[in-house]
Amino acid sequence: MNPVLPPEFADLEPFADWCLHSEAERYAKRLASSMGELQSFYDAAFPRLEQILVYLDALPLDDLPDDARLLLELSYSLVNVSFPVEVWRQPRVPDSGAASMDAVVEPAV
Amino acid sequence: MAHFPKPSEGSWTEHYPELGTGPVNYEDSISPEFYELERKAIFNRTWLNVGRVEQVPRAGRYFTKELSCAGTSVIIVRDKDGGVRGFHNICRHRGNKLVWNDFPNEETSGTCRQFTCKYHGWRYDLDGSLTFVQQESEFFDLDKDDYGLVAVQTEVWEGFIFVNLDPSNTTSVKEYLGEFGAGLEGYPFGEMTQVYKYRAKVGSNWKLFIDAFAEFYHAPVLHAKQATDDESRKLQGYGFEALSYVIDGPHGMVSSWGGMAPPKDPSMVKPIENVLRSGLFGPWDRPDIAGLDPLPGAVNPARSPNWGIDSFVLFPNFMLLVWAPGWYLTYHYWPTSHNSHIFEGTLYFVPPKDATDRLRQELAAVTFKEYALQDGNTLEATQTMIESRAVTEFPLNDQEILLRHLHRTARRYVADHEKSGTPVAVPAVR
Repeated sequence: MNPVLPPEFADLEPFADWCLHSEAERYAKRLASSMGELQSFYDAAFPRLEQILVYLDALPLDDLPDDARLLLELSYSLVNVSFPVEVWRQPRVPDSGAASMDAVVEPAV
Repeated sequence: MAHFPKPSEGSWTEHYPELGTGPVNYEDSISPEFYELERKAIFNRTWLNVGRVEQVPRAGRYFTKELSCAGTSVIIVRDKDGGVRGFHNICRHRGNKLVWNDFPNEETSGTCRQFTCKYHGWRYDLDGSLTFVQQESEFFDLDKDDYGLVAVQTEVWEGFIFVNLDPSNTTSVKEYLGEFGAGLEGYPFGEMTQVYKYRAKVGSNWKLFIDAFAEFYHAPVLHAKQATDDESRKLQGYGFEALSYVIDGPHGMVSSWGGMAPPKDPSMVKPIENVLRSGLFGPWDRPDIAGLDPLPGAVNPARSPNWGIDSFVLFPNFMLLVWAPGWYLTYHYWPTSHNSHIFEGTLYFVPPKDATDRLRQELAAVTFKEYALQDGNTLEATQTMIESRAVTEFPLNDQEILLRHLHRTARRYVADHEKSGTPVAVPAVR
């Protein structure tokens, strides 16, 4: 598969399936993943977060090149999975049962 | 042990003696008959916030709002003169819903030069006037001036668009919002245009979810797993006490400490919060805009240096939360029956200047959803058990004063409406 992320972040290519544009896609992937899968993604991406911020902050947020935009989307996924990994120890919010909440408006980028 | 001073009467609740201190009956949250009365006495009489001016930035921009609670749907549109207008979403010809896409009961938005009915092609200008009738000569003495869209009273306060479905209403929205409205004017709402909006169907009476967000007594317990273990134990040990409560007419507010941005002890926050400098209370650093210092007078009424968030409960179904780190949040509760409603939570930030800002806001939005999912699910459990009527009266503590006030206000509106048989002067409850 062709690399999609900036070359500096080639180590995150195995997790490129977390480059998801919408909150709904990110949340669905989180719920469909095992804790092992969430932990692997977190363990790879979290230590790189500070470097990701430095890299992306040097670029204009409203005009990101494709590879940088995908890196940002991967970072949104990292934020989303931080709850299961750091706190819940399960993909779903505890005590949330069948409750669901849809993101109906979110930023374009 | 009290951490924050209470009024001289000894409690917040007794400071407002009309509230009483006895157990509260929750029949108003489980009775289908009472809900029908609320629709007439409250949702067809009071000002309802349906959106923000940023949703209609230019002439021809519009959105629809489904108001099952009032038995109608409205169109909000920016007209050619820059005004914001509201209309009942109904074609004057034979009553088809005028503006909708694919699913008649789903809200929609867009841009148009005029509204065209899908059914027979009648067209209306942005000011509501009927401009075109298909095969007009087939009609009998039809004067188009008599068949404009039915207007709904629509007013804008600080960029918030309100409608009032009572044609005889004579109270402005500014007057209706009372001292909270006056004391919030000048807050830079218009600068905070980066929006995240969540929606959920909730299986409870609309007031029960307001209850959940109008007290923080539950926070150290229900959300215990949300914090690190040390932080969680610390919070449960403290319990919760607000800085201040204020009641003004049908509205109320709670002012709370918290946020601790940045936290005094970095080990008390989650790893990603430490890296991003953000969390439930939003990004730790205030955006660099005017209007946040000093804050308008209704915010942080105790003038506490530990202030973190104010929650305004604006009757009937609109909550406005102002957070110390410089962003705001709204909640809306749209009843669909006596035991169901649609909840909307919307976060508003100053647009991010770079990816770090953007990720900080993302973390705040994701955190909001994690909490709200827990809150929402608890409500269905509450609704079904209250409906059992195995227990009918519930003791509310001093930190639950806004719940006592909300249910009392709803009962008062219904009682006043029943008594008069005619529209009550608003605000009727002072």
